[in-house]
Formats: sequence, C-alpha cells, structure tokens
Amino acid sequence: MAATDFSRLITAAADTIAAHADELTALDQAIGDGDHGLNMKRGFEAVRAEADIFSAKPLPEALKAVGTKLVMTVGGASGPLFGTLFMALGKDLPAAPDRDGLTAAFGKAIEAVAARGKSQPGQKTMLDVLQPVYEALAQGKTAGEIADAADKAAEATVPMKALRGRASFLGERSIGHMDAGARSTALLVRAVAEAIEGN
Amino acid sequence: MSNVGIVIVSHSPLVAEGTADMVRQMVGDEVPLAWCGGNGHGGLGTSVEAIMGAIDKAWSEAGVAILVDLGGAETNSEMAVEMIGEPRSHKIVVCNAPIVEGAVMAATESSGGASLKEVVATAHELSPS
Repeated sequence: MAATDFSRLITAAADTIAAHADELTALDQAIGDGDHGLNMKRGFEAVRAEADIFSAKPLPEALKAVGTKLVMTVGGASGPLFGTLFMALGKDLPAAPDRDGLTAAFGKAIEAVAARGKSQPGQKTMLDVLQPVYEALAQGKTAGEIADAADKAAEATVPMKALRGRASFLGERSIGHMDAGARSTALLVRAVAEAIEGN
Repeated sequence: MSNVGIVIVSHSPLVAEGTADMVRQMVGDEVPLAWCGGNGHGGLGTSVEAIMGAIDKAWSEAGVAILVDLGGAETNSEMAVEMIGEPRSHKIVVCNAPIVEGAVMAATESSGGASLKEVVATAHELSPS
C-alpha cells in the first residue's frame, strides 16, 4: 500500500470518529461510563497528527505503530482493545496483502482482541461487529457489503445483554442500547472500506 | 532492592494512593512500591502509560506483582506488561485478588524475601476460587 493510501485511511478513520464522537459518548452514557466518544476522538486525533510518520512505514509496521499510539492515547478499556486490534493486524499482515492474507490476519487480530478482553462474540462488544466482518471478508464480499454487514452487526447488539465491560454491571438494563464499542467498530469498518473502494 | 515489587492500579488515584499508604504503614519500606490511578485526563480510569511507569518505578529483579481493581485496570495492566515485553514481562504478574487486601498481603510476603510465585500465591488465596 502506498503511503498516500495509508494516510487516506487514517484521515477517513479519524474523520468518522470525530464526526460521531457525540453519538458514541451518548451510547456510552446509556450503559457505560460515558467517555467512549471523547476517548476515541483523542486517540484517533493523535494518530492523525502523526499520519505522515505512520504512512512512511511498511504496512505491518504502520499498523503496529497506530495500535501502540491508540493504546497510549485512547485510555479506558477501549485503548488496549482497539490498540490490540491494530497491533495484531500489523503482526500478521503481509506487506502487500491480498484478500486471503487480509482475512487470515483479521481472524488472528480478532482472536487477540478476544483474548485481551477475555470475551467472545455474543457478549455485546466490538467482537460482535468484528466477527461478521471477518466472515464477510472470508466470503469475498465487496467493501460496501462488508460495511453494511458491520452496521447491521452493530444494530444487532441492541437487544443483547452485556456480559463484559462496565455495561455488564447493568445486567438486564443493558438490553435496548447499542454497544458503543460495536458502533465505533462499525464506523471504522465503513470508513476504511469506503476509502479503499474509492481507490 | 531484591524483594518483589508491588504495583497498585486503581481507576481512582485516591484509592491507589490510599492503598499504597496502607502498605507502607503496615508493611514498611522493604518493598519496592508504586501506584497509579486515573485516566491521565483528570477522570476515573487507568492508563497503560502510567502503569508502565509504575512498573518501572517498583521494578525488582525478583519481579513485580500488580494489584488491580475493576476490569479495565486488569486489561490495561496486561497490555502494559505486554508492551514492556520480554524478558521483563516474564517477571510481572497481574494478581487476581482484592486490591487493598491483596496489596497488603502480597507486600507482607514480599518483605520476607519470598519469590514472585509465593507473593502471587498469597494474593490469590484471598480470591474465592
């Protein structure tokens, strides 16, 4: 991937998080501690600020560096979880990945996130978006279809009962609200998918 | 210092500092000790960067035991250990124990020159299995 392309992905990701920060915070206020939008915005703005440095690196190194930056700047429980996603992707992705290489690395990255959060799909978390995205990748779906699958998966967290994270303290009361981490994951998937498709 | 270091990680800086105070008063100065709490922006939470700093401060060649409060503190502590990387990461354990009792008991064990394994086991005894 050319440096300009990676830089565009960073811009797309940071733009969507900034545009939806208030919405993410509102979702998190309903069943979490209400800092998700602000935390994610701080993290992705920090990544945006160093986009040129990241983009100059080979793709795997760039992803690892983005992950590390997110760990250090997002804070909360989301920092390590989103950071791990990018760091693990960078660890397993070839420098010039095809769809199979991307799918395999994405699968490994999901496993890393699940291990970090001691969670699995079905517990009203970002994994509930990542897993369907992985399946759509594996099935050879288009970027647009993958983004739609991510949105649908985030919506599908609404009726779920939270079993991990602060929302799990609410038990049944977590039902009826979309998980903020699932929503931000879907936003990132759409932003990246659309940026890639726009090539 | 060759005793196992103790790191206290709470969402609240007040809880972390208070726990460290208890350890110092009840166990003494024979144990390397550090604490961190808060999200680094004035709110409740934990910060990987701050945890890494606390581990450095309490570092001992005998190892470091970390005591945490709620879930995010554990996740962030595990991330910090991973980012510190090998070989030091092998000598750092995030304990499954209540933060205050765990810190005091682990520090007590450490002050007697116990190994990291013994210190961690003492903290873990406090958790219902």
